[in-house]
Amino acid sequence: MDKLAKLMQDIGILWEKYRMMYLNGMLNTLGLALAATAIGCIIGLLCGILNTIPCAKNDPLPKRILLKILRVIIRIYVEVFRGTPMMLQAVFIFYALPYFTDNALRFDNIWAASILIVSINTGAYMAESVRGGIISIDPGQTEGAKAIGMTHFQTMTSVILPQAIRNILPQIGNNYIINVKDTSVMFIIGFTEFFASHRYIVGINNKYFPSAVIEMAGYLAMTLIASGVLRLVEKLMDGSDSYELVQEDPLTMTAGTYSHPKRGSNFDERSKEYGGEREGR
Amino acid sequence: MADNILEIRHLRKSFGTHEVLRDIDFDVKKGDVISIIGASGSGKSTLLRCVNLLETPTSGDILYHGENVTGKSVNAAKYRSHVGMVFQSFNLFNNMTVLKNCMVGQMKVLGRSKAEAEQQAMRYLEKVGMAPYVNAKPRQLSGGQKQRVAIARALAMDPEVLLFDEPTSALDPEMVGEVLSVMQDLAHEGMTMLVVTHEMAFARDVSRRVVFMHEGVILEQGSPASLFGDPQCQQTKDFLSRFRNS
Repeated sequence: MDKLAKLMQDIGILWEKYRMMYLNGMLNTLGLALAATAIGCIIGLLCGILNTIPCAKNDPLPKRILLKILRVIIRIYVEVFRGTPMMLQAVFIFYALPYFTDNALRFDNIWAASILIVSINTGAYMAESVRGGIISIDPGQTEGAKAIGMTHFQTMTSVILPQAIRNILPQIGNNYIINVKDTSVMFIIGFTEFFASHRYIVGINNKYFPSAVIEMAGYLAMTLIASGVLRLVEKLMDGSDSYELVQEDPLTMTAGTYSHPKRGSNFDERSKEYGGEREGR
Repeated sequence: MADNILEIRHLRKSFGTHEVLRDIDFDVKKGDVISIIGASGSGKSTLLRCVNLLETPTSGDILYHGENVTGKSVNAAKYRSHVGMVFQSFNLFNNMTVLKNCMVGQMKVLGRSKAEAEQQAMRYLEKVGMAPYVNAKPRQLSGGQKQRVAIARALAMDPEVLLFDEPTSALDPEMVGEVLSVMQDLAHEGMTMLVVTHEMAFARDVSRRVVFMHEGVILEQGSPASLFGDPQCQQTKDFLSRFRNS
């Protein structure tokens, strides 16, 4: 028990002293994760649209070659950035520029470099999620849009992607939460996110475990809030199940426009049906 | 020839080695109401999908006002906006309300203003009796209601020809009537229609011309009175007698 009390005391001391540093770290982590997930989603959506441009046998040859090249490029991008550790990608991109230009050019802005790296990484995952989302939409939706004369781009932006995005929203949430945690590897290029705060603080005073407890609680709080918000967004996107009938002229009331009483109420025919059956027995 | 909207010449379509359409020839004139009948698998739907370029014909020509639309340099999207299509499975946009379904094509494809598109959409939704449901989403509607919205969506684009691909085949029997009556009204108003159907009563009473397809070819065509009253081919007789007996 006295160990627990000691732990609480240590946490209290750390929080008292380094509160601003922890909070600043959390803020940076959230900002990076949010920006990178958003940009990653855009990259993923673009890849999705480009990947699904229809290509028929009788299309002109240059178009077919161009599409083929495009698909190969996207495939390479996805496989490379999905298949290598983000920490290495960060080192790779961050140090490649000064290496090739003899230090003439380098990333002065750590924020920009971090967002770039995490976005590219997220985009590679999102490209596959978006592809899955697009496949999941009934081909009839595409045909319906084509039949009224929409182009591929119009079909994608107004019909397919809105439905696909709804379907991959849980996946976007996954990616965001992964980003909140995995941006911790950005300390390698000197980005001061939440985990970097921890490294700095324990470097000064050796209170490893109490600081780790704060980190754990902090990360959990950030991800829990994110899942909550995402579920809310999903609900909002689904919209309400009820809708208003617009009755302009009461004489036009036709069969089928009868609004049903609440389920389970005395006037509900559905419940009566079952009730009747039971009485009959 | 001048009033031909569509001329289909030597149309062929194969899926792999299976030849679904074999040398189809026919014309669609303004105001024509043509029913295409025949057994399942005879190529009726494929023919209609080829006319709308949803399937690419293997060979042959489709002329729209004398202009070939099967060539490489043709803007298929623009052509499709003149040729409306109603599907067996409705294909309403699930992410939009009934009203938006009827507006999106007008605004994106025809470049109409929002107010104009809404006015036009409401006009046709009223016509098919779906005006009270403008705020509903497709998933909240019955099959017959969805199909009526789909017809309004196609009409709102002011098409020159409307293609119906078995519009009542996915409906419960009690909903078939509401869709057919909408189609009958359209026919009487002079809409040019090409209808693939298993509703023989509709083919007989509403259409001006009936086309009988069998194994990828047009075996027989003519006025409903002559085709139903005095079929020439044995296959047509067999097909029709099956319907009479059922």
